Amino acid sequence: MNRRCTLAILVNDQPGVLQRVAGLFGRRGFNISSITVGASEEPGLSRMVIETEGDNRTLEQIQKQLNKLIDVIKVVEVSAQPMVSRELGLIKVTAEPSVRPEIFGLVDTFRAAVVDVSPNTLIIQVVGTSDKVDAMIELLKPYGIRELTRTGVTAMVRG
Amino acid sequence: MSVQQAAQAQAQPQRSKAELIEKWSKPEVITGSEMLLRSLVLEGVDTVFGYPGGAVLYIYDAMYGFSDFHHLLTRHEQGAVHAADGYARSTGKVGVVIATSGPGATNTVTGIATAYMDSSPLVVITGNVVQQAIGTDAFQEADIVGITMPITKHSYLVRKAEDLPRVIREAFHIANTGRKGPVLIDIPKDVSAQKGLFQPVKEVKLRGYNPKVMPNRLQIEKLLDAIAKAERPVILAGGGVIYSGAHEELYQFVTKTGIPITTTLLGLGGFPSGHELHMGMPGMHGTYAANKALQNADLIINFGARFDDRVTMRLDGFAPHARVAHADIDPAEIGKNVPTDIPIVGDAKLVLQALLPEVRSNPKVADWRRQIQKWQQEHPLTYKDSDLELKPQWVISMIYETTKGDAIITSDVGQHQMWAAQFYKFNKPRSWISSGGLGTMGFGLPSAIGAQIGNPDRLVVSINGDGGIQMCAQELAVCAIHNIPVKVAIINNQVLGMVRQWQEIIYDERYSHIDLAGSPDFVKLAEAYGVKGFRATNKEEARRAWEAALAHPGPAVVDFVVPKLENVYPMVTQGRTIDEMILGDEE
Repeated sequence: MNRRCTLAILVNDQPGVLQRVAGLFGRRGFNISSITVGASEEPGLSRMVIETEGDNRTLEQIQKQLNKLIDVIKVVEVSAQPMVSRELGLIKVTAEPSVRPEIFGLVDTFRAAVVDVSPNTLIIQVVGTSDKVDAMIELLKPYGIRELTRTGVTAMVRG
Repeated sequence: MSVQQAAQAQAQPQRSKAELIEKWSKPEVITGSEMLLRSLVLEGVDTVFGYPGGAVLYIYDAMYGFSDFHHLLTRHEQGAVHAADGYARSTGKVGVVIATSGPGATNTVTGIATAYMDSSPLVVITGNVVQQAIGTDAFQEADIVGITMPITKHSYLVRKAEDLPRVIREAFHIANTGRKGPVLIDIPKDVSAQKGLFQPVKEVKLRGYNPKVMPNRLQIEKLLDAIAKAERPVILAGGGVIYSGAHEELYQFVTKTGIPITTTLLGLGGFPSGHELHMGMPGMHGTYAANKALQNADLIINFGARFDDRVTMRLDGFAPHARVAHADIDPAEIGKNVPTDIPIVGDAKLVLQALLPEVRSNPKVADWRRQIQKWQQEHPLTYKDSDLELKPQWVISMIYETTKGDAIITSDVGQHQMWAAQFYKFNKPRSWISSGGLGTMGFGLPSAIGAQIGNPDRLVVSINGDGGIQMCAQELAVCAIHNIPVKVAIINNQVLGMVRQWQEIIYDERYSHIDLAGSPDFVKLAEAYGVKGFRATNKEEARRAWEAALAHPGPAVVDFVVPKLENVYPMVTQGRTIDEMILGDEE
């Protein structure tokens, strides 16, 4: 049975390392739902957070194959433990002055923020779990979403 | 370089290597090209297989007059990589290739993929355009690091000359430890020209690379317990046994426990093929006994085989009654295809050493051995011989008898490969060099050249089809010019035999584009290169031609003209379990 899985992968900050990791997923038919890359606590190393999906055997293969890459230092299945996972979404909605109070209300409820205001659009920034970002998007749809961008999930084990 | 020279190079006493290290270890300001050559010498390289071109001109200029290793100029970069692969598989040392950028680099791709699939240790050095030109679609530019990423164990794009000593040390370490494999080093032309301070690197520091070689004690105990209880155990041994040098331990293990053994295509030679407990090869063209044994086993003990689909065939019906123990140096292979009850990550030699002192098998294995003997007697490997025609299986048997199982045999891919695997009885490891995983036509001849360079004192026989030999026939020039005495047997059925067999059996005899009419006269082709050529169309001629080829001190080609319609049996077609065999003609 398929389940979702969040992996944190510590890698050498080398040219081509993203290609090695992403290429591995591609050629072995593994799925990437989202991928984020950035600096880690250690100079010279980056951390990738990949959300993937598969049955237990596939998820085990993904970790084993990742570990074979020389530039991969460590693979942690973050979702196997209590974790904090966050994603940021920017949503540009159509917002004539008449509907703005209503939208501000939604934004407050979600502890999101309006980060740009133009004569007939707003950009809303929402931070939270992917479910929360999904919910915010769902609620804003009736107003007309002009543009949407999401960072993908980054995550960390608690404690 | 002649084989005699190669022999001298091989025979150089240890002192001389120490002298070379002494000579080339001094820190000094030199070019990237010189750093490369010195680093290769410090790795103990005695032969490099290569082909020059624009982007490696500085490297070749540095090699001018350089005599501390040999360079063998092949006639195609694919030939260079296969030769290095044959050298690596037959010696256990890293095979080294140098090729230029663009087409030179892309010509290495098939060879690299071949080595990757069969875990053969190579270091492939390619030139690239100057760094400023990378990404501009410059003349002879190709992103070879990107192209080879899925088929290399690791790769490097070297940005400055001073990185070369470290990169080369790491590349050799990665290629020949853990699960072995090819490593690519791409060197832009400005890096090979650039001067810098050469400082030899001894230690390798790679945080992301620590292969686990020592098996877990708990898993060893589980396996010992499983063996003590098993009534119908089978050993499946693969290339890992050969690569880790575990053949002696395996022999002791088999003879001590009396457990029957089957060796995969790459495992042939890991256990003496003629031994009474050896059932031959399993799988698509495996023996009846080996396939029946796997299907009826209650315990499969896998040492260094990866449960390839040509071995397991239909996966969901594979070995339904067996508990599976799998020892492999690559943890990713364990459980990848076949669910595994006892996973053991480790080097095959160390695993066997851990098992040997304590292993005890069940007395009931004697009944199981009798059952297997019965299967062996019911359906041994056989073929319908003829006195009118020259049968390919007969030719292989003759090659076996005349060489007593002691030759190094390289093969190409197809029917002749399967017949060689079935009818040549290997006594020793590193004697069977064949492209198993990738199934690369064109592999047979160049890999034989590499094997001969690495083993100047052994007889090297290359068994090919009339299709495959034409994919790298140009390397006959290398045999001729350096008097490399490989004996090239062509099993010539004038057709792409394995494709023909599938079209006959699976595609209702719809023979589509398999006729090799228009092939050259192979005797004349050999002679055109200055290689001795012979032809045989019947048994008498075959014996005489083969003896003459063996007696000839240099390279020789023997064209064995065999019938078109011969098939390889047993055969398991795709989608079937391994005990659903087509047995074919029996005598």
